[in-house]
Amino acid sequence: MGERVVLGAPDVGRALRRMAHEIIEGNKGASGLVILGIPTRGVALAARLARLVSEVEGVDVPLGTLDITLYRDDLRRRPTRRMEPTRIPGDGIDDKVVVLVDDVLYSGRTVRAALDALGDIGRPRAVRLAVLVDRGHRDLPIRADHVGKNLPTSSSERVSVLLDEFDGTDEVRIAKEAR
Amino acid sequence: MHLPHLIGIEGLDREQITTLLDTAEEMSHVQERELKKLPALRGRTIVNMFFEDSTRTKMSFDLAAKRLSADTMAFSGKGSSTSKGESLRDTMLTVAAMGVDGFVIRHSASGAPKLAMDWTGLPVVNAGDGMHEHPTQALLDAFAMRRRLGNLEGRHVAIVGDLFHSRVVRSNLICLRELGADVTLVAPATLLPTGVRDWPGAAGVTVTDDLDAVLPHVDALMMLRVQRERMSGGFFPSEADYVAGWGLTRERLRRLPDHAVVAHPGPMNRGLEIAPEAADAARSLILDQVAAGVSVRMAVLFHVFAGEGSRS
Amino acid sequence: MSTPTPSTGPILITGADLLGRGRADLLLRDGVIAEVGEGIDAPDARVLDATGLVALPGLVDVHTHLREPGREDTETIASGARAAAAGGYTAVMAMPNTTPVTDSASDADWVYLKGLQAPHADVFPVGAVTKDLAGTELAELGLMARSRAGVRMFSDDGHCVHDPVLMRRALEYVTAFGGVIAQHAQDPQLAPRASCCDEGPWSGRLGLPGWPAVAEESIIGRDIMLTKLTGSRLHVCHVSTAGSVELIRRAKADGLDVTAEVTPHHLALTVDLLESYDSAYKVNPPLRTPDDVEALRAGLADGTIDVVGTDHAPHGLHDKQHDFTVAAFGMLGLETALSVVSTYLVQPGRMTWADVAQAMSVRPAAIAGLTGHGRPLAPGEPANITLVDPTREITVDREATQSRSRNQPWHGRTLTGAVVTTILRGTPTLLDGRVVDLGAAPDTIEVPA
Repeated sequence: MGERVVLGAPDVGRALRRMAHEIIEGNKGASGLVILGIPTRGVALAARLARLVSEVEGVDVPLGTLDITLYRDDLRRRPTRRMEPTRIPGDGIDDKVVVLVDDVLYSGRTVRAALDALGDIGRPRAVRLAVLVDRGHRDLPIRADHVGKNLPTSSSERVSVLLDEFDGTDEVRIAKEAR
Repeated sequence: MHLPHLIGIEGLDREQITTLLDTAEEMSHVQERELKKLPALRGRTIVNMFFEDSTRTKMSFDLAAKRLSADTMAFSGKGSSTSKGESLRDTMLTVAAMGVDGFVIRHSASGAPKLAMDWTGLPVVNAGDGMHEHPTQALLDAFAMRRRLGNLEGRHVAIVGDLFHSRVVRSNLICLRELGADVTLVAPATLLPTGVRDWPGAAGVTVTDDLDAVLPHVDALMMLRVQRERMSGGFFPSEADYVAGWGLTRERLRRLPDHAVVAHPGPMNRGLEIAPEAADAARSLILDQVAAGVSVRMAVLFHVFAGEGSRS
Repeated sequence: MSTPTPSTGPILITGADLLGRGRADLLLRDGVIAEVGEGIDAPDARVLDATGLVALPGLVDVHTHLREPGREDTETIASGARAAAAGGYTAVMAMPNTTPVTDSASDADWVYLKGLQAPHADVFPVGAVTKDLAGTELAELGLMARSRAGVRMFSDDGHCVHDPVLMRRALEYVTAFGGVIAQHAQDPQLAPRASCCDEGPWSGRLGLPGWPAVAEESIIGRDIMLTKLTGSRLHVCHVSTAGSVELIRRAKADGLDVTAEVTPHHLALTVDLLESYDSAYKVNPPLRTPDDVEALRAGLADGTIDVVGTDHAPHGLHDKQHDFTVAAFGMLGLETALSVVSTYLVQPGRMTWADVAQAMSVRPAAIAGLTGHGRPLAPGEPANITLVDPTREITVDREATQSRSRNQPWHGRTLTGAVVTTILRGTPTLLDGRVVDLGAAPDTIEVPA
C-alpha cells in the first residue's frame, strides 16, 4: 500500500493548539469570531478549535457548520450527495469574522463553494480559513490563514485525515497511489 | 442519493424516504434565511406540466424549483379525458424537444406521469396522477408529522375519509408503513380502496369502519377530503350521515390523546370531514403541511435533478 | 356460402399429421378433399411436404372486428382477411360495430359482398341486435337473416344488451330462423365505460377505474335464465372470469343451449401487465387475475368454453397512444391466436390438436351456422386446411403483420407453435408462412397503410 503516518495524535493536538492561538492573535481576542466547520471532518475540527479558543479567552465562541453540497461546481458530474446540516449560530455572521475550518486544503474548490454559501447567508466582516493539512496543488487563487501542517504531496498521493470523533484516533496518513 | 424520477412512493425504501425528509429539513432551514436561493439547479430547466387545476401544488413546485435556481416553465392544459385534440404524447414530445431537463406533472389520468417519462426519456416528478399517487404530498405529510411527533417508528396514524378516490392515501400508506408507522384506514366500505391489503408495501395495515374505536389510540389523525359530489354516486347517503360516522367533530376531537396531531392535505370541507374547531386547533398540522410543501419539493427536485445521471 | 376463389391446380399434401392422430396424405382437387390416405399417387398435383406438420380444418373466428366500413385506416375487410389467412383462419365473423353499424339487411349484404371480394378468407357479417347498437330497439334481425348474407349470429359486441326485456325479445325472435345472440356481458352500471382494469388490488394500486367480475357474471347469470325461459340460443362472448366459467358450466349441465368463447389474451395475459400503463394491454373485458386465467384454460380444456374467439380489434396508433384511461380498448388477435393456444394449452398437454380443431374450427363454424367450414378432413369435404408446425418458436413482431394496425400485445414475446400454411377451398392463402398474392383485393377507400 505504501501508506505512512505523517502526523500522530500528539502532532494533531499540538497543531490545533497552535492554530487556536494564531486565530486569537490574528483577531486580537475572541470577540466577533464565528467558527464554521465544513462537513464532515471540518465540523469536528471546528468544534475543537472553538473549545481551545474558549479555554484561552474564557468566553464561548459561536460555533456552526456550513454545508457546501449545493454549491459544489461538480454537482452534476457526480452522484447526488446527501445534504449535511448547515447551522449558523443565532447571531448570524453579519459583520463577524468567520473562520472556516476544513481538514485538507487541496484544489480550493471546496473553499470556493463555502465562500459562495457564506455569501448567501450574510456578509461577514472578514473570512479566514483554517485547515489541518495544506497539501498544495491549488486550482484556484485561494490560500489558508491558519495551517496545521504544510504537506508537500504529488497529485497521485492520497491524504487521509482520521479524527477521534469519527475514526477513534487522530492521525494524518499519506498513501502512494491515488484512488 | 440520486433518484431517476419520483413517480410514486411505491418502490422507495426507508433509507431513500428518510434521506428525502432529512434533505427537506435542511431545505427548510434555508427557508428561514433572508436570501432563500440556492444554486443547486442552476442551468436546469424544469417544466411544470399541470393538466389538472391545482394552484397550490403548482405554486409550491414552482417556488421550490426557483429557490434551487432552476429555470421553470409552466404548461397548463385541461387534462385529456378525451382522445380528441393533441395527445398527451404529442404534447410531451413537443415540450421535450425544446431541450428541457425534466418535468413535474399533474394529470387526471393515473399513469400519465409514467407514460410521459417512458415517451420522453426525461426525469419526471409526479405532482399527482388520477387516483394513483401523490408522492410529494405523502412526503410532506410525513415531514410535518415527524417534526411534531419525532421518529414515526411505532407511531399510530389513522387515515380517515374518501380513501377510494384519493391518490394521497396510496402514497401515504406506503410512505408511513415504510417509515415503520402503524396505519389504520378508516372509512365506510363504499369509500375503502380496492384490495388495499394486497398492495405492496401495505402489509400489516388495519382497515376498519369504526372511527370512534380508533380515536383514543392514535398519534396522528389524517383526515382526507370527502367531495360532496360523491353523494350522487351513492358512496354515502347524506352529509349528516357521513359526519355521524366519520367526521372529525368537536366531540371526537376531545377524545383524541393530548399529544395527537390532526393532518389534512387540503382542500378542506369544513363541517364535512373536519369540524372548524379541529382544523384550527393547536394540534392541527394543516399549516405545517403547507409550509413543508416547498422544503419537501426542493428536496425532491434536488435528488432527481441535481446529480450525475440527470440530463445536462 | 361458397366464395369464388381463384382456383389452383390439385395439391398433394404429404405426411401431415391429421389432427395429431396419425400421418396421411391429402389430395385436394377442385376445392375439395379428393382423397385421404397413405402414399397417394397424383402426378399432376403440386406436392406440399407436410412432414412434421399437423393438419387442422381451416380455423374459424366467431369474433373479429374489421373496421370497414368507417375506419379503413385501421383495418379493411381485405386486410383483415389477409391477417386471418396468416393466422390459419379460413373464415371470420365480422362484428357489426362499424360505421355505419351492420344493423340492416343492406348493411349486412354490403359486408357480405365486400367479403366475397377478399380472396384470403371468407368474411361473414354478424348483425347488430339493436339499432345502432343503442340498446333501445331491435335491429331488423329477420331481414338480416333473410338477406343474401343469411345472418344467423347477432351481437351488440362492444356494448351489452343490458335491457332485460330487449334481451328476452331478441332471444325469442331469433328462434324463428335458428339465430343466436352473442352477448357482450358487461353491466353498464357496475362497469361503466371508463372501467378499464380488473377490479381488485391492481385497480386500487394503479388507481385505474375498476371493472368488477360481477358486472360480467350478473349479466351471464341473467341471460342464462332468459335462455331457459325462451328456449333460445345464447353465445357468451369473451368470457373473462372464473365465476363466468362456473355459471356456463352449470347452464350446460342443465342442458341449455349456451355456448361461450374465450380470447387468446384472456388465456394467458394477466392484470399485472397494466403496471406499465401500456395501452397495448387495454382491452374489454380487461385482463384478469392468474386464477381467472387458470379457470379459463380449464374451462376451454374441458369443453365448458366451446371456442376460442380472437376479438381481433385493430386500432390506429393515434387511438392507442394516450394515457391508459383514454386509449382505445382492444388488441390484435388473428395472427397469434393459434400460437397462443398451442403455447399455453397444447404444449403443456392440456389440449390435443383434435381438441384445438374443435375449439377453433368445428364448434365456431357450428355456432356461426357456417356449413362450409369446420368440416372433417375427409374425402368430399371442402378443402379448408391449416397446417401447423407444433414446435416452431416464433417471436412476435408487431411490424410483421397483415393488419393495418399495430396494437399487438404479444409483441416481443416468444410462442411455440406456428401456422405454416392455410388453404381455402383448395387454394393456398398462406404458404410456408407467407401470405399468397391472390390478386388485388380492392379496398373501398385507398388509404396508405
